[in-house]
Amino acid sequence: MIKERGVVNWSVDVVLYLILLLLSLACVLPFVHVLAMSLSSHGAVSSNAVGIWPIGLHIQNYKYMMGEQVFLNSFGISVVRVVVGVSLSLLIMTVTAYPLSRDSLHMPGRTAFKLIMLFGMMFSGGLIPYFLTLKLLNLLNTFWVLVVPPALNIFNTILVINFFRGIPQELWEASILDGANHFQVLFRVFVPISKPVLATVTLFTSVFHWNSWFDGVIFLKELAQWPLQSYLYSRVTTRMLQWATAGSADKAGQSFAEATPEGLATAMILIATIPILLVYPLLQRYFVTGLTLGSIKE
Amino acid sequence: MYLMLLPALVMLILFHFLPIWGVLIAFQDYSPVKGLWQSEWVGFGNFLQFFASRYGADILRNTVFIAVAKIILGQVTAVVFALMLNEVRVRLYKRGIQTATTLPHFLSWVIIGGIMVRFLSTSGPVNQIMQSLGVPAIRFLGKADVFPWTLIFSNVWKEFGFGAVIYLAALTAINPELYEAAAVDGASRFGRLRHISVPGITPTIVLMACLSLGGILNAGFEQVLVLYNPVVYSTGDIIDTYVFRVGLVGQGGLPDYSLGTAVGLFKSVIGFFLIILSYWLADRFANYRIF
Repeated sequence: MIKERGVVNWSVDVVLYLILLLLSLACVLPFVHVLAMSLSSHGAVSSNAVGIWPIGLHIQNYKYMMGEQVFLNSFGISVVRVVVGVSLSLLIMTVTAYPLSRDSLHMPGRTAFKLIMLFGMMFSGGLIPYFLTLKLLNLLNTFWVLVVPPALNIFNTILVINFFRGIPQELWEASILDGANHFQVLFRVFVPISKPVLATVTLFTSVFHWNSWFDGVIFLKELAQWPLQSYLYSRVTTRMLQWATAGSADKAGQSFAEATPEGLATAMILIATIPILLVYPLLQRYFVTGLTLGSIKE
Repeated sequence: MYLMLLPALVMLILFHFLPIWGVLIAFQDYSPVKGLWQSEWVGFGNFLQFFASRYGADILRNTVFIAVAKIILGQVTAVVFALMLNEVRVRLYKRGIQTATTLPHFLSWVIIGGIMVRFLSTSGPVNQIMQSLGVPAIRFLGKADVFPWTLIFSNVWKEFGFGAVIYLAALTAINPELYEAAAVDGASRFGRLRHISVPGITPTIVLMACLSLGGILNAGFEQVLVLYNPVVYSTGDIIDTYVFRVGLVGQGGLPDYSLGTAVGLFKSVIGFFLIILSYWLADRFANYRIF
């Protein structure tokens, strides 16, 4: 460890640490402000008095959202979407990656298949033909449009292929000699020792599904089918849908005198952020793995 | 074995190649009633219509300007931030800073946009602070000449922390003995930064620069869609949002599938060659391979 001495060095450190602190605050304070807004009273929110600390603390905005049927429904759709979407993706990706990762396996057409995959990753027909294709396949306005078309993520599949390639040839040969068929080798040998890459792919796919909103907005007609982020888009970002009675609403005997449209919007933003915060420590552990697709060959 | 590739093959055909076949309607005056076989062929008419319209040039310019500015400012910020963070020796502090700065990357543009709309409004916190310093309020999202910069800087803000992760990984891979040897030889702190840290991440910088070339036509569809409004179309409308409005929503009438497809196809083709070029450059200058 190098020891630095001297006033110059010391002041460099102070400036450095301060700049970094300011940058971090710039990233975190907006969320703190939103939290404060969602917990502040009607008067404080309307007069723009809220900074990073709630004024007139109350939780009516959250209580109101907990009674909002469409909101709760969209939250549920998002959860189901993550679970179904990730399971489907993992299954397809591991099954696809296995044969493509063993060069010693005699398999005419493998290179062609890889090239087709690469082409599929780099070239797309664009939004309109994609939309028309989903229409043709009768996927529009069904839940499946959210999870089936994105199930084969080519980028993630290549990550898995590259990890599988690192599995020793001897291990693979031994398993085959023991009489295991390829599905058994994949699920009993390859999958258990590929936890790092599968964890990475699982996390990235989960975040992808949780954060997707555009597909819900354009592929699903009924608001009741929309996942949380699509609902959020219409309510919080575009304000397409107006709040029915927020402000002085009385619902089921409860008073929501302190609830405000802004307060409700910020409460929804935070509720949608919480699941990401929950998996965030895990994400931090794995995101370096998924940074780049290929590798720098020596 | 081939059985294992079957699901992927079906997925590729249905969701990648069927749409690619569908680009044929870019050369038609497609009508959903008549279908693909009966619609009238118009050659390159839709492409000409786009480039001849007063939007065409604007949209191309906006797209490339926003995307290139994001790439350059984003990469520079990420590199400088990584080098600064690498100088921090208090581990807990370093970790805390990284946790805070990578968070926005993992949130959707709906959430970030929802926050930005509130934060940047004329009565929002940013303008409040600026007014208390005597600076007149700025309509970040409602003024055509400001809007692209709002897009660019908010994107840099959202991504610089995550963008730095790859450079930090490269910095931690540098052998600490190099620093110690340099210190023994009398190299100052900035000397070590210049002659060890910077050369240590140069290959990564070259690689990221090559790869970023593929994204020159991606100006950030979701971000623009969340933040823009008709007032800033002249500087904020990009290829993707134009395709979406013309081809799916319909501007003052029914959606024009063919025009939308044509403009989208133009982007796909150019983008495809850019990606090939970027991978070729990455292979050549950074020895980078996908498989």
